[in-house]
Amino acid sequence: MQTVEDILKEIRPEFDFAASENFIDDGMLDSYDIVTLVSDLDKAYGISISGLDIVPENFQNIASIQKLLRKYGKP
Amino acid sequence: MNLTFSHRRISGLLAVVPANERSFVEDMANFNSPPARSLKLMKVMGYDKHRVVDGPVCASDLVCFGMEHLFASGALARDGCDALIVVTQSPDYIMPPTSSVIQGRLGLKQDMFCLDINQGCAGFLIGLFQAFSLLEQPALRKVALVNVDVMSRKTSPRDRNSYPLIGDAASIAIVERSQDGTAIHANLKMDGTRRDALMIPAGGLRLPCSPETAVMEDDGENNFRAKDNLRMDGSAVFNFVQVEVPPMIRDLLQAAQAGMEDVDYFLFHQPNRFMLHKLADQMNVPYEKMPSNIVELYGNSSGVTIPMAIVHNLRERLLTGSIQACLAGFGVGLTWSSMLMRLGPLDFCELIDYK
Repeated sequence: MQTVEDILKEIRPEFDFAASENFIDDGMLDSYDIVTLVSDLDKAYGISISGLDIVPENFQNIASIQKLLRKYGKP
Repeated sequence: MNLTFSHRRISGLLAVVPANERSFVEDMANFNSPPARSLKLMKVMGYDKHRVVDGPVCASDLVCFGMEHLFASGALARDGCDALIVVTQSPDYIMPPTSSVIQGRLGLKQDMFCLDINQGCAGFLIGLFQAFSLLEQPALRKVALVNVDVMSRKTSPRDRNSYPLIGDAASIAIVERSQDGTAIHANLKMDGTRRDALMIPAGGLRLPCSPETAVMEDDGENNFRAKDNLRMDGSAVFNFVQVEVPPMIRDLLQAAQAGMEDVDYFLFHQPNRFMLHKLADQMNVPYEKMPSNIVELYGNSSGVTIPMAIVHNLRERLLTGSIQACLAGFGVGLTWSSMLMRLGPLDFCELIDYK
C-alpha cells in the first residue's frame, strides 16, 4: 500500500514533505492539491474522507494526515 | 425558514446552451500550472467540456432564442404568460431590468408582471418561491421562470479556480396552478456576512469599473483575475456546502415527514463532481440518485444547473411520468435552499443549442 509520503510525492514530486511541518504555509500544497490528495487517499485506503474533514488543518503535515486517516480506521 | 406551498406545478422546461463548446484541455494553456497537475485536477473535479458564449452574447439573447423556440413549436403562446421572472447575476444592463428587455424584444403583452432577481446558484428555488407566490393572484395563470447567466464574460480565462467550470446557459420553466394539493415543502437560509466568498468586486457603484479594476492580480495560487472578474473563494464555498447542505436536507425531509428512500432523485446545483460526491457520501445517497454530469458536459451555469440536470437526465421519464425530487441550490449570498416536490409529467422538456 502507498504511504502518505508516496502519495504526496506523486502530487508534488519537487518537494521534500518529510522536512516540512506546514505544507500550506511552506507553499507545498494549494487548495487544488488538497482536493487531489483527498481523492488519492480515498482510493488508496478505500475510504471516503468526509467533506467536513477537508479543512487545511488536517493536511498541514504528514502527522496530521496520518491522524486523519486513523479517524477512518487506517494506520 | 420553512416554507410550504400546494396546488403548484412546473408544466414545462426548456434549457438553452450556447453551441460554442470549449474543453478543459484547451483552457489549460491559459493556466499557470504544469499540464500534469491540471489534468489530475480535471479528473478529480469532473471538468471536461463547457459551453460558453462566443462573442458579446447577453442573457436576453439566450432567453429570447429559447422563448421564440417555444412560440414556434406551439409549446407556449406569445401572450400565454402573465409573469416573467428573470433570475440572473449577469444582466444586460444595470437598468432597465433584463425581464423588461426580454418583454420588449419578444413583444409580450403589457398586462403582465416583469421582475428581475439578482441570485445565482440557489436561483431556481428562489424563482420558484416567487412564481408560486405570484400564482396566489387569480389574474395570473402562467408564470415563465427564467434562470440565465453568461458568467464566462465576467470570468478570467487565466483563473483555473473558476474558468474551467463556468458554463453559460438559460432555462425557462413554466409554472402553473395544479389540481394536486400535495404539500410542496421547502426551506431557505441566507448569510450575508459571508457575501465575499462569491463576488464580482467591481462594476457596481461601490467600486466602478476602471483601468485599475481591470488589472490582473495573482490570488497566491497562480490564478490571475481582475476585480472586474468573478472571484470565488473555493475553500470557503466548499466548506459552506459541506457544513450547511446535509442538515438542510435532513430538516426538509423531517418537515415533510419523508425519508431519504422516498426521494427518487436529489437534483442539486452542480459546482463540480468532487463536491457533489462528497455531499452524496455524507448523506448516504447513491451517486446515481444525485446526478453530477452537468458540470462536465456543459459547465456550472449557476441557477440553471438544476433545470439542466432535469432536462438532460430525466427528459424521457418526465414527459410521460413523474418523480419525487429533492432540489437544492447553494451559493452566492451566501444562500442555501431546498425543496421536495413532485416533478412531471411535463408538457415539454427539451435542451436546445443557441446559434
